[in-house]
Amino acid sequence: MTTVINVPQSLDDSTFEKVLEQVAAVPADAKILVDARHARWSSPYGLTALLALAQTRTEKAAFSGPEAEEIASYWQRAGFYRHAETLFEMHGHVPRARTPGESDVLLEITPVSHSEDVHNVVARIQAKAQSLLANLNIESKATMGFAMTLSEACQNIIEHAGTGGWVAVQTYRWKQRLGRRVVVIAVCDAGQGFKRSLESSGGRPASDRWDDGMALQEALMRGVSRYHDPGRGQGLAGIRRYVGRWEGKLSVRSGTARLSIIPEWDEDIPLVENLPPFPGAQMQITIPEKLAR
Amino acid sequence: MIKHIDLGSVLRGTVSERYTNLVTRPTGHAVRGAIEDIIVSRDAQTLTVIDFSHVGLLDYSCADEIIAKLLQRFDARHHADAPETAYFVFRGLNEAHLEAIEWVLQHHGLALVAEPLDGEAHLLGDVNDDERAVWQVAWRLGGCALPVVIEHAGIDASRAEWALDQLHQRRLLRRDADRFLAVHPEA
Repeated sequence: MTTVINVPQSLDDSTFEKVLEQVAAVPADAKILVDARHARWSSPYGLTALLALAQTRTEKAAFSGPEAEEIASYWQRAGFYRHAETLFEMHGHVPRARTPGESDVLLEITPVSHSEDVHNVVARIQAKAQSLLANLNIESKATMGFAMTLSEACQNIIEHAGTGGWVAVQTYRWKQRLGRRVVVIAVCDAGQGFKRSLESSGGRPASDRWDDGMALQEALMRGVSRYHDPGRGQGLAGIRRYVGRWEGKLSVRSGTARLSIIPEWDEDIPLVENLPPFPGAQMQITIPEKLAR
Repeated sequence: MIKHIDLGSVLRGTVSERYTNLVTRPTGHAVRGAIEDIIVSRDAQTLTVIDFSHVGLLDYSCADEIIAKLLQRFDARHHADAPETAYFVFRGLNEAHLEAIEWVLQHHGLALVAEPLDGEAHLLGDVNDDERAVWQVAWRLGGCALPVVIEHAGIDASRAEWALDQLHQRRLLRRDADRFLAVHPEA
């Protein structure tokens, strides 16, 4: 029997939880069909998380993409189909691959599993980041910080996931929540997640409570790493600093919890627990357009 | 002895011809290994100029692997038996490098001598006012004994002595009998 998993019309970090709620009820070795036929929009988080979802299934999942041509075409330009075709059993219409042109896709979905991948991602984003950040009224010196943030976010996969993951960068106007343009970095993997990573070297604190939420707090707020080297854990701290400096938002989901560093413009909840379980770590970094003061 | 290391060349020669950015921990590890191979010298004091002019981006992980671990190895406060043979000046640092460098230096309580292409050399990192003041005197004069430092730095003898000792332990100044010498590539 195949269980149909309905993808919301608007797929982002928040609505992806509806996908996971459905998936949580289905064993990993059971067949699922991820039905995105009615999808109208997806953030880079949504697309990379769908690929990570496919990696969690022992029985290859089936996938039906958006019926709307412009949506399917966008997902194609974002690099989704190129990877989806290797991970999903594709159903329905698959849009033709096109030569990448000018678009708001800053970095199409890119696999990350080795140090070399990070070099390539950073080199590609550097070429575009300066003009992008200028459009967001963010001063040019922020460009390097943006590339560093991207580098450290990708390295989180290499250092801790134990498996490959995905990164994508996109800019769009965030009408509903902010009314401004944003640039969004999404980095998703289906690896071991923060809790198991910290457990693997005794990084777990001496406390009765130990769960995904606490593991996220240890790593993100206190810079704890599974490595005992005192220089470790600085990558996430650096990401936090960059996000804070540009009034951005950082969210990291792992296991059953999500921890966010929330700017004034957002009303999210800092720590959300008891979410549907999902392996690995999923990170989203949102940098908003800077308003003229 | 003075050695000059073009970090961009080391990166391309050690990791990949295509790379211009110092990112990722494995890259930093490989580059530091190459630097250590170049500077290894157990007999003579060696001043090594590490030149960042041809390096694009430097991220936190790579800065930690290269700079923090290199400085720690020769810092007597981190290793009691740290050799007195290696001193460093970092040249060609720009905004693309400074954020990560300053962060790792503060994080580990380290400092380095930075020599911009278009400005005065200075200390970067975790140094207090006394250390900075006596270092500037030594740099300006090239070398000096404690009484001269006290006179020029405007601090009392015990503070000046302590600051000089700290800078020497951190290999930010060399010591020759009772004189403290700047780690100056042109000295």
